[in-house]
Amino acid sequence: MRSWLATAILVLWALMALGGTWIPLSPYGIDLTHILTPPEAESLLGYDDLGRPLLDRLVIGARYSALVAVVVVSISLLLGTFIGAMSAYVGGWIDHVTVRIIDIFLAFPGILLAIALAGLMGPGIDNVIIALSIVGWVGFARLSRAQVLALKDREHVQAAIALGAGRLRIVLRHLLPLIAAPLIVEATFAIAGIVIAEAGLSFLGLGIQPPTPSWGSMIREGTRYMLVSPHMVLVPGVALMLVVLAVNMMGDRLRDRLDVKSARMRQHS
Amino acid sequence: MINFLVSRLISAIIVIFGVSVLVFLLIHMVPGDPVEVMLGETSLAADREALRHALGLDLPIHIQLWSYLSGLLRFDLGISLYSRQPISELLLERIPATLMLALAGLLIAMLIAFPLGIIAALRKDTAVDSGAMVFAMLGISIPNFWMGPILIMVFSLWLGWLPVSGKTGIASLVLPALTLGTAMAAILSRMVRMTLLEQLGEDYVRTARAKGLPWSTIVIKHAMKNAMLPVITLLGLQLGALLAGAVITEIVFSWPGIGQLIIESIHRRDYPVVQACVLLISLVYVMVNTLTDLCYAWFDPRIRLSEK
Repeated sequence: MRSWLATAILVLWALMALGGTWIPLSPYGIDLTHILTPPEAESLLGYDDLGRPLLDRLVIGARYSALVAVVVVSISLLLGTFIGAMSAYVGGWIDHVTVRIIDIFLAFPGILLAIALAGLMGPGIDNVIIALSIVGWVGFARLSRAQVLALKDREHVQAAIALGAGRLRIVLRHLLPLIAAPLIVEATFAIAGIVIAEAGLSFLGLGIQPPTPSWGSMIREGTRYMLVSPHMVLVPGVALMLVVLAVNMMGDRLRDRLDVKSARMRQHS
Repeated sequence: MINFLVSRLISAIIVIFGVSVLVFLLIHMVPGDPVEVMLGETSLAADREALRHALGLDLPIHIQLWSYLSGLLRFDLGISLYSRQPISELLLERIPATLMLALAGLLIAMLIAFPLGIIAALRKDTAVDSGAMVFAMLGISIPNFWMGPILIMVFSLWLGWLPVSGKTGIASLVLPALTLGTAMAAILSRMVRMTLLEQLGEDYVRTARAKGLPWSTIVIKHAMKNAMLPVITLLGLQLGALLAGAVITEIVFSWPGIGQLIIESIHRRDYPVVQACVLLISLVYVMVNTLTDLCYAWFDPRIRLSEK
């Protein structure tokens, strides 16, 4: 797929997420005359089992998926990078403990921990964000720790130490700028991962709750009507796939352009 | 080799201990009172206290932790708050289904990924290669919970070849295994292609060509053998994604495994069962990864024969 297509999808996603606020939408407007109407000329993407327009629900769903992805990746990036970089730079027993903690978190496969956490904390967007952030910081911590370990004995760092710079200053001003490229690439892939994870939790009924639309819960509602109205599964699914595909392609391109070694291949996601 | 073995096992034990404690703490720190859920909001305070006492939930948290950990050592996982059955029995009922699904998914992933990755590497920069990589990209971007419904629509509802859901025999395994396998095949085929390309650029491949070995022998016997090591590691690491994917796939297909038990128990607020399921899956994952590391060391003579 050409890169302009990926860019176009991402711009559209952002427009839906941001612009949905100003357009008059009726994602909750029940219209019994339109129940399960398939997509046709006057109803762009068709209607769901309660006669609610899928297009409107898709736009609101875009807002929530983007919101969760941006917030979770920001929290994970800041927290994980800080913990990983400081731990590697300070070293000693603090670093040993951090490595153990990272290992323990990595021992939970994929989004299993997020499923258990979101399930037990109860559904809702706040809990989804908390659960995914608890899982998400680890990847950034491990990456930034490895990167800082490789850089901390460089001459420019020693020069900074000789000039009397403090630890925090060295990590923030002299190390973080050098590890920004791999972190940006990791953050891009993380956005794709979080979009899928949020939709997955909502699909399981553990995420964003009805009647609020999420792409995941829209797919879940659609699975009950697959025989008569396949569009209810297809519409949110295609949207989800296109966004994740576009973000992943962006990540691949960034990785090639920034020349980051493919450290990610060894990592489970 | 011995040092490597011992240090790897010790760190696995530390991780297992850490995982057990973390699961316990997370589940006990999460808000929500299981007793209230079990008895309903209108229940009498005295009844709640009685049940809480009977379940040991009124004890201080460190004593609960201690009895939980000592129970684990005896494979005693406690009793389900919902069905009052021992949890180990519940798990044993469900393990075969999940194991079957995971192994079938793994098999499908390998059957797709190896040919695809090898062909893509051998035909690098052709239409075949880019086609295979588009497939891989699609596979990575399509989540299980959409892949499953699509497969059900095409193969069960429209073509009528396979059952929609449930566990009724070998035919009912096909779609869940495909759902689980294609996602993994996507990642695996990229990895096979990349490592094989790396190996084909090595000096020993040129030597083998120079002495006139057939190209197929070089690829299969020389390059693939060396490319297998990183691929095995990735398989071990991807097992985690496979197990987590199995949870969602089981829900899509009503497959009666551990994943379905987790979600059912979450809705019933049956903490001990959720705790046991998460623990079981994580421990399997840790053990498989430790084994993968050990296999890796065993297959790689540079590690096996080193004196360190």
